[in-house]
Amino acid sequence: MKVLVPVKRVVDANVKVRVKADHSNVDTANLKMALNPFCEIAVEEAVRLKEAGIATEVVVVSVGSKAVQEQLRTAMALGADRAIHIETDEELVPLSIAKLLLAVQQKEQAQLVVFGKQSIDGDNNQTGQMLAALADMPQATFASEVKVEGDNIVVTREIDGGLQTLTMPLPAVVTVDLRLNEPRYASLPNIMKAKRKPLDVHSVTDLAVTLKAHQTVLKVTPPAERQAGIMVSSVEELVEKLKIEAKVI
Amino acid sequence: MTILVLAEHDNAHLKADTAKVVAAASAIGGDIHVLVAGHQCAEAANAAKALTGVTKVLVADSALYANHLAENLGKLIISLSTDYSHILSAASSVGKDTLPRVAALLDVAQISEVISVESADTFIRPIYAGNALATVQSLDDKKVMTVRSSAFDAVASTGSAELVAIDTAIDARTQFVSQTLTESARPELGNAGIIVSGGRGMGSGENFAILEQLADKLGAAVGASRAAVDAGFVPNDLQVGQTGKIVAPDLYIAVGISGAIQHLAGMKDSKVIVAINKDPEAPIFQVADYGLEADLFDAIPALNNLL
Ligand SMILES: Cc1cc2nc3c(=O)[nH]c(=O)nc-3n(C[C@H](O)[C@H](O)[C@H](O)COP(=O)(O)OP(=O)(O)OC[C@H]3O[C@@H](n4cnc5c(N)ncnc54)[C@H](O)[C@@H]3O)c2cc1C
Repeated sequence: MKVLVPVKRVVDANVKVRVKADHSNVDTANLKMALNPFCEIAVEEAVRLKEAGIATEVVVVSVGSKAVQEQLRTAMALGADRAIHIETDEELVPLSIAKLLLAVQQKEQAQLVVFGKQSIDGDNNQTGQMLAALADMPQATFASEVKVEGDNIVVTREIDGGLQTLTMPLPAVVTVDLRLNEPRYASLPNIMKAKRKPLDVHSVTDLAVTLKAHQTVLKVTPPAERQAGIMVSSVEELVEKLKIEAKVI
Repeated sequence: MTILVLAEHDNAHLKADTAKVVAAASAIGGDIHVLVAGHQCAEAANAAKALTGVTKVLVADSALYANHLAENLGKLIISLSTDYSHILSAASSVGKDTLPRVAALLDVAQISEVISVESADTFIRPIYAGNALATVQSLDDKKVMTVRSSAFDAVASTGSAELVAIDTAIDARTQFVSQTLTESARPELGNAGIIVSGGRGMGSGENFAILEQLADKLGAAVGASRAAVDAGFVPNDLQVGQTGKIVAPDLYIAVGISGAIQHLAGMKDSKVIVAINKDPEAPIFQVADYGLEADLFDAIPALNNLL
């Protein structure tokens, strides 16, 4: 069984981004970049499926500028076998990314496509579901447990009220949540090995996918700042403030 | 312009999220229809009928829709989509699961987690864990969007819309196996006026008892940080944050929570924030209206005694 894992390069989760002075976008110049944490969990799950003898090959794919090759190498250092880079300098909406991934999926015929549930920059939470729809595959989003049982996959999902378990035939799309696994660290020998693993580069035109413009970002602004608060010195003072000043209890 | 709103419900009850998404639809303007897809969902449909501003409630009542599976629920919405300029749902687990499938099949982009409607085609949504707000103009002929319900006030229930049965039955390859829902007599996180949240500082699941006591005194919901959920102190559905629930109650009390960017993303629009933490440097104090530097194991029992 081949597993395809689409991954994204994002600003590191520990960095607080700032908006550019001209409100055209966030300023990402010179910020620390990383593999999106959810994508890291997706790669880890695929690699574990391979280690368990269920997956035969783990292929990672990323859409973006030349720089995303750094994250593809990271994913290979974590255990992916090879990588596909779809090179574009344009900022694409999730639907356009899903269309490019569909072209890759049609070529690769993976039985399972594992995504992170969202990327921590755009916070869209769309791409996996969109690929599933375009490829007419069933899906299990927000997975906290994944089991392959023959030609089916059984997935426990984190939903608003608790947990839900679904089963569906492969091929299918899974998007992963935080508690699915704890990703390993890449070892130095594996980082070296990853440098020699195959990485194919395609352009959008190579894949014969036509993309269109769907939206214009008119501006990007900082959120309203909260007024500075005060420190209280005791539980009594806190209760008094909440009752008399804030009138919330 | 006619807007379709996907109802959020558990067949018996319409969730308050729906009234908030209808509020977003009202801000867009036009006729508003609500789709209640479920099984034996007449109760939920009746509640939807009363939502102010709604003119029609479409009811797709079939065992096939009992568990709100994205695969066929998405196709059902597509089968109804021709007449609509906008398709909205809450940014709930069902909405987030289903609407991207609808958008993709309609060949339009989805606008996720809308917090403000600027016009019929322009919306504001948070990005980067809420550290920036993007104003986005859609160029698509249909707008598909999820709405962050904490950003809208629920519409009232003064209406009486027409009920229309939808017979379209679409099967899914996805099969429902089981579900474990957290049972609680406390308010839901999304609707609570007051939330008491605990973090890693709580130390254990048992220790959450003192927070639950506080919550019950205040009529509050209980929330948690990711660290508290990861450690197994409380169930996953209590997680507040960028990747959990986004809440904006009148009062949010953060106890033993440091205030990581990802946690703040889920609660910093609360009206009043209280932080109780023994570390004076904890970033949570930067967003708190009232900070108390204290050991929570002293402060919370003392609070419980005073209230
Ligand atoms: C991709 C991604 C997504 C994430 N999504 C979320 C999310 O949705 N929600 C979320 O919450 N986090 C999320 N996180 C995790 C986040 O980065 C933090 O790790 C997490 O919020 C920390 O939880 P905490 O504040 O409970 O724990 P800690 O950061 O460990 O803080 C514990 C606090 O408790 C205090 N404390 C300890 N003992 C006591 C005591 N006896 N009395 C008083 N105070 C005490 C300490 O001083 C400390 O400030 C995410 C992270 C990533 C990478």
